[in-house]
Amino acid sequence: MSLTFIIAAIVTIVGLTTPILLAALGELVVEKSGVLNLGVEGMMLIGAISGFAVTVITGNPWLGVLGAAAGGAVASLTFAVLVLQLNSNQVATGLALTIFGSGLSSLLGLSFTGRIIPVFGSIFPASLARDPILKVFFGYSPIVYFAIFMVFVVGWFLRSTRAGMILRAVGENDLSAHSIGYSVVGVRYGAIAFGGAMAGIGGAYFTMVITPMWAEGMTAGRGWIAVALVVFAGWRTGRILAGAYFFGVLMALELYAKAAGFSFLPSQFWAAMPYLMTIVAIAFISAREKTGSSAPACLGKPFLASS
Amino acid sequence: MRIKLEKRLNPSVFMLVATPIASVLLTMLIGLIVFDALGIDGIRAVTDIFFTPLLAAYKWQDVAVKAAPLVIIALGISLGNRAQVWNIGAEGQYIIGALAAAGVAMAFGTTGGFFVITLMIAAGVLGGAFWGAIPAWLRVNYRVNEILSSLMLTYVAIQVLGYLIGGPWKDPNGRNFPQTAPLAPDQTLPILFPGTTIHLGVAIAFVLPFVFWVLTARSVFGFQIRVVGSAPDAARHGGFNTRQTIWMTLVISGAMAGLAGALELSGALRNINLGFPSGYGFTAIIVAFLGRLHPIGCLIAGIVLAVTYVGGQVAQTSVHIPNSTAGIFQAMMLFFILASDIFVRYRVRLVGRPGKAAAVEAGE
Amino acid sequence: MTKPMTHETPGTTSDAPRLELIGISKSFPGVLANDNISLSVQPGEIHALLGENGAGKSTLVKMIYGIMPQDAGEMRWNGQPITISNPKAARRLGIGMVFQHFSLFEAMTVLENIALGMDAKIPARDLEARIVEVMKHYGLNLDPQRIVSTLSVGERQRIEIVRALLLNPKMLIMDEPTSVLTPQEVEQLFVVLRQLAGEGCSILYISHKLREIKALCSTATILRAGRVVETCDPAVETSRSMAEMMIGGSLKDIERGSQRSFDRQRLAVQNLSVPGEGPFGVALKNISFQARSGEIFGIAGVAGNGQNELLLALSGETPCESAEAITIDGVAVGTLGAKERRLKGVATVPEERNGHAAVPDFSLSDNTVLTARDRLGMVQAGLIGRGAPRRYASSVIETFDVKATGPGAMAESLSGGNLQKYIMGREIMQKPAVLIVSQPTWGVDAGAAAAIHQSLVDLAATGSAIVVISQDLDELLALCDTLAVINLGSLSRIMNVADADIEEIGLLMGGVHGDPDTKIKISEDVINAY
Repeated sequence: MSLTFIIAAIVTIVGLTTPILLAALGELVVEKSGVLNLGVEGMMLIGAISGFAVTVITGNPWLGVLGAAAGGAVASLTFAVLVLQLNSNQVATGLALTIFGSGLSSLLGLSFTGRIIPVFGSIFPASLARDPILKVFFGYSPIVYFAIFMVFVVGWFLRSTRAGMILRAVGENDLSAHSIGYSVVGVRYGAIAFGGAMAGIGGAYFTMVITPMWAEGMTAGRGWIAVALVVFAGWRTGRILAGAYFFGVLMALELYAKAAGFSFLPSQFWAAMPYLMTIVAIAFISAREKTGSSAPACLGKPFLASS
Repeated sequence: MRIKLEKRLNPSVFMLVATPIASVLLTMLIGLIVFDALGIDGIRAVTDIFFTPLLAAYKWQDVAVKAAPLVIIALGISLGNRAQVWNIGAEGQYIIGALAAAGVAMAFGTTGGFFVITLMIAAGVLGGAFWGAIPAWLRVNYRVNEILSSLMLTYVAIQVLGYLIGGPWKDPNGRNFPQTAPLAPDQTLPILFPGTTIHLGVAIAFVLPFVFWVLTARSVFGFQIRVVGSAPDAARHGGFNTRQTIWMTLVISGAMAGLAGALELSGALRNINLGFPSGYGFTAIIVAFLGRLHPIGCLIAGIVLAVTYVGGQVAQTSVHIPNSTAGIFQAMMLFFILASDIFVRYRVRLVGRPGKAAAVEAGE
Repeated sequence: MTKPMTHETPGTTSDAPRLELIGISKSFPGVLANDNISLSVQPGEIHALLGENGAGKSTLVKMIYGIMPQDAGEMRWNGQPITISNPKAARRLGIGMVFQHFSLFEAMTVLENIALGMDAKIPARDLEARIVEVMKHYGLNLDPQRIVSTLSVGERQRIEIVRALLLNPKMLIMDEPTSVLTPQEVEQLFVVLRQLAGEGCSILYISHKLREIKALCSTATILRAGRVVETCDPAVETSRSMAEMMIGGSLKDIERGSQRSFDRQRLAVQNLSVPGEGPFGVALKNISFQARSGEIFGIAGVAGNGQNELLLALSGETPCESAEAITIDGVAVGTLGAKERRLKGVATVPEERNGHAAVPDFSLSDNTVLTARDRLGMVQAGLIGRGAPRRYASSVIETFDVKATGPGAMAESLSGGNLQKYIMGREIMQKPAVLIVSQPTWGVDAGAAAAIHQSLVDLAATGSAIVVISQDLDELLALCDTLAVINLGSLSRIMNVADADIEEIGLLMGGVHGDPDTKIKISEDVINAY
């Protein structure tokens, strides 16, 4: 294997990892607040189309990313209203959001099929970004750096800030947090909207960086892998980064299977690999940990204040 | 103003029945408004989607054939949901069921008849049950959340299908398209009414809800499922085995999805191509909720959803709305039904907020 | 009324009470929870708020602490009319509250838990220093970096107290603070409360434990059905007189036959060991005891020492490794499941009514199917009969005087006491050989508690053996013939209630907890409290 090949592989892996990393970071914050939002896939699709659409209309990819974040956040608020205000079942409502997101994105996408958009320029000088070796560090879309930056922001927020402590408290014991005087519903609204925005940006990475174009259902289950990643990471920020790269490598295998000499197995085997490995990884982690000790205690449970 | 909830002493039966109907009506209303806003004839579109399939007799067979797999899959899903076991991978079990049936058909070449068809359907049931048993095994032994595992297995099932129909099971006369050879005429389900497409599977889909009704309402097993779903500790106290419940619900709902896949193959489509996974497994989740997890509710909701499928196609040609609209309508119905759940258990009142004057004047 | 203490906080009108309530009323749909309540608390006074469950104590203090607004009436703080719109406002006034059910976050540290309860944003290091300082002042002991889930109940309560004390409260509300403490921990709490009162802090002490109130409080306001029935000096009243004011009638004693002998052994537990389940589970270690025909055997102990695990092991919800660990009438049942054990004559009533002993959103009739289906033949060919569950539910409702609309009523629509009576009736009317109950009168009003106690005694008289697991020592001493204490999953020696030593029981309940603070000598008034 040549150096060029390795560098190309790393660039591919980073690209494949970024959307699930973004979505999983968002979902981590949501779950830490005690809410299980299974609508990540749907929010990613809505983010993908809204980011693309805003970029087509404005011609500015930066506004596109903002549009994707806004699209994901607005979609997540539908979920939030149902779950927080009307106390609907979180699992079912998350599924509804996914179904809704895939329908809405394909409807909105009709008028954008086949369009092309301006892509991000590099934020680094071309001499670095185009350098055959240094591009491993400097050759990515700004979204990639944003995702890595957000790993530290989310980690710092949850561990070291007062707001993060309150968010964890709400996820740990909503009734107590309420009785102390914190707004459980308010905190959860914020967390859900953040999760939606992050999933939206993650989705936009497909339409604005990877392809860049719009195709129906193009996130292909990555939103679900992001949900699984949060479980796999045991609700810890650092492990989300590690886990996301683990899945990135698996997904790259599908693309590189032939080149890497794995062509004795059919391509479908490598395509199924990330999904199979997700199951194996969760089985491995869940079986080792004590009864869900690291999961937020109120995860997925409805909250109804008594007054 | 803010919303105030008062818990009802007993769940409201009226709301239980009324809210799904209201959800459908509300979806129609919103559709009408949105279509009009998009410059499409809203009344025409809504009429075509929701009423034309019911009013035009020649559409009835389409509705019945579409409803059959939805109803059968939804029965299994709602059984699981009552026990708080979430099988959202019915689509994968449906695919594996159809593949198993196709495998049996292929093994018999062009031989058909009662025996072969029965064997095909049995294989479909077993295939689906097997695919549903994997999440059960993972949940019971390794505490893997069945939502994630059953869904991941759907993506795996799609790859299995892609591999088989593009490789070993590829139709030699199919001009190199990835698809299986059509079933032999004797390997297809009998048509119930000559001249229509209504096959035996439709009859099965109309009978099964009543079987499930007796099962859930009267049997100890149905009681066990309800207790496990409502209060797992109480179930344990009553001597019911939670692990067994997880196994049974996932295997049964896998078997139902597999049955639907086998019936769809042998009754309606007759071969498997890349378009075979059409999302019935996901739509059936909506059917289950719209039917309030009740077997007869599933039957009715399955027909409603089938109507929107058929009506969506009508509207596609009449007012040129895109195909994906049906999906949005279905998701909207699910949103409304979930949002209205609260009316069943609570009385909802709007109350005025206490005035701002209530601020504290703390003693200095 | 007691005289105001000399420690006056600046800015108060000299002779105004710290807190005065005038004509406070509050109603909920269908219930008048507080009806025209007036009371006043002086600075430095320890004021008891006494009443049965449902008398309106909790509602009243929730209004004082700003959790809910009153419908009518006025509150005065140091003589000034005030409105307290939320708990934050209450804390700003200097009102602290220690809840009965602690509002703690299990997976977080003591420090984080306290920081969450503080309105001011204090840097973690400064806060830690202040916590250490306050604890030193009041002789409390707790490591701020410990994770709450590793703490004992007494230690958890200390977090709540420290949290309240950090605000330099002028009034502290204590809601049933001793219900989960060992006698030694109670003693230690009283020391802190007296020191606080001595410094001028008023204490509103909610309890239904009369003897504690006699030992601690200088004034008592007694509530019944939402109204103030009496304000009295506990030192002058007897426990019995206060109890009768509280329940509004004369107290009924348990009636039992005079000639009682325990002939044959019905339940025998031999070296029962069960590994702890989950991160917070307690392992049972070598538990042995027996219960004979007609005997009521009590198991005392502080919550979380293996009571739940023991009940689950006895009911068959957690199977044991060895069949001989548990025998019923000489038959080894240790490896059988709950359903099979029930057929052998074991009936159990777990502590948690909603969701464990009963399914909240099932009808009373369906709830009989849960535990009585096999013993009473409600099932034929896998199908549940329609008539049998309804008939059985009706007869339980009638026999045990359960207030419910009928067998079709949802379990969750019953009050705690009524549901408990129903569950007890459901098990007792199956005529079990052995009945095991946990916390039979937890959160139940005195009338229902008396009825439940009587039904246990009556069942024992028919020849069944009964095991009562309870945190309420008073209840066990009144009800049981023999008694042992469970601590950290081990059972103490078995003693006859007639010659039991309270101090020994107290030490057994908490002494081995690894917490040196509780190993202090119990003073006379706590001993007298029993």
